[in-house]
Amino acid sequence: MASINIEEFKSLAKDFRKQILEVTHAAGSGHPGGSLSAVEILISLYGYKMKHNPKDPTWDDRDRLIISKGHCTPVAYVTLANYGYFPKEELKSFRKLGSRLQGHVHIYAPGIEFNTGSLGHGLSVANGCALGARLRQKNFKVYCLLGDGELQEGSVWEAAMNASHQKLDNICAIVDYNKVQQNGPVNEIKNLEPLAKRWESFGWEVEEIDGHDFNQLMKALDKFDSVKGKPYMIIANTLKGKGVSFMELNPAWHGKAPNDEELKKALAELK
Amino acid sequence: MSEMLPTRDGYGKALVECGKKDKRIVVVSADLEDSTRSKWFAEQFPERAFTVGIAEQDMVGTAAGLTLNGFTVFINSFAVFMTNRAYDMLRLDVCYNNRNVKVICSHAGLTVGEDGASAQCLEDLALMRVLPNMKVVVPVDAIEAAKATRAFAEEEGPMYMRTSRGPFPVLTKETDPFEIGQANVLREGKDVTIIACGIMVSESLKAAELLKKEKIDAKVVNMHTIKPIDETMIVQSAVSTGAIVTAEEHQVHGGLGSAVAEVVTRKAPVPMEMVAVMDTFGESGKPDELLKVYHLKDVDIVAAVKKVLKRKFDTAKV
Repeated sequence: MASINIEEFKSLAKDFRKQILEVTHAAGSGHPGGSLSAVEILISLYGYKMKHNPKDPTWDDRDRLIISKGHCTPVAYVTLANYGYFPKEELKSFRKLGSRLQGHVHIYAPGIEFNTGSLGHGLSVANGCALGARLRQKNFKVYCLLGDGELQEGSVWEAAMNASHQKLDNICAIVDYNKVQQNGPVNEIKNLEPLAKRWESFGWEVEEIDGHDFNQLMKALDKFDSVKGKPYMIIANTLKGKGVSFMELNPAWHGKAPNDEELKKALAELK
Repeated sequence: MSEMLPTRDGYGKALVECGKKDKRIVVVSADLEDSTRSKWFAEQFPERAFTVGIAEQDMVGTAAGLTLNGFTVFINSFAVFMTNRAYDMLRLDVCYNNRNVKVICSHAGLTVGEDGASAQCLEDLALMRVLPNMKVVVPVDAIEAAKATRAFAEEEGPMYMRTSRGPFPVLTKETDPFEIGQANVLREGKDVTIIACGIMVSESLKAAELLKKEKIDAKVVNMHTIKPIDETMIVQSAVSTGAIVTAEEHQVHGGLGSAVAEVVTRKAPVPMEMVAVMDTFGESGKPDELLKVYHLKDVDIVAAVKKVLKRKFDTAKV
């Protein structure tokens, strides 16, 4: 792995946050809160850990990312555009008729592996992809980005059980634990705690970190290589709406776009 | 008297053959390997057979994920658990993503019998038919189920097959043609066309024999593919016989009858009657007892034919 300049990553994160706000503002709708929380996670995956090639998005040996929290399209598309999967100019078409950039992640966008949008689907799909890789004796890894709210879906736990039963050590799930879902604080609506213990009891190796800290993210991602015989979970503690004071931990920003004034205010904070 | 075989057996045997020929075939089950006959494949190819336990949602998602590696994945359960429990996964993971997943469901319809209404899936055809990209097949007998299995293995894309628990009369021969989307005429006739699927095809043939005694000449069509439905066959039948009766072991709303009516009303309007379960749940009983109680027998088809013919002649008089 090439040497990583943390300061560069930090400035990239700031830039991504601006772009997330701009694309949702331009679209007039979308999900900024759970996108702002996942910025460092996606930069660590695409800029550091994952084997991938933007010039050849369907390269068979690439690592795969299944985005289970399918509403976080702003951060997903901003990341893919900035890493060269499609022109940044195209971000302006987000959520518009005829665009490759659908409201929830869709394979129309180069680099997206699977269409999602209904919560609680991605982990089963990622498991299947990892099982298939093992059957084909392929060495690529499968990553799965989960939201915290979607862990309230029972299907996630069906998949959690299956991954450990199958001893899938080529899968790494990451929970963007941003603490807020559409109608309020996650742990008031339906408590996930003790979250790490729950995943451990389902047979997963679990690492809990600060999901906005690049050093911790990269270290946790590197640990994936040494986990054998069981699936690996990174619980990334984050803040919904991270980086914009009036959006942080405010459920109102789960699924609405900033207006002109709000955009201006938010961008000023990210200077 | 025809030989009797469950259509699930035809599927199970053909799946093993397909698995021998094509190493890309993988099977996922949810604890019903024995009942659905996917076990026969699992015994031959254990490395390509997975179970996820009693977790249909997980089964569908896992299958979709496996296809990302180029596999053709057959998933197996009872119709009610697969199509009802895991509908969101079938819609999103399989159909919206257009994955190469073959959805095979046994124990559909009233002929599940003694287990009662909770297990008797009477809405699977409606649920599957409405999903974009999904093809829907109901084999008439074990031989046709085997042919459908081979077709599923070869053709890309999401497909649904309904198989039976109990034995169905074997009505077709190995040499008969089978193509997805192309219905087969089992009996020619000029007065009325009975379009049926699954177990109701044999009831329709019996009905045609009863009608013959009353000098009514009924054509019988085995509409094994509900989607894409054979529009040409429906239009030709409507034009040549002037009346249609559909017969299915399914709710009256949304299944074969509805699919046929969608074509008839748009392309060749003629009087129609539907023999189906009339918007009610089933109950425990022997399969044949249930078919009687819920009016899915040959005599019920005969009654429907008489009703439709009366309308046909009344219309002609006007």
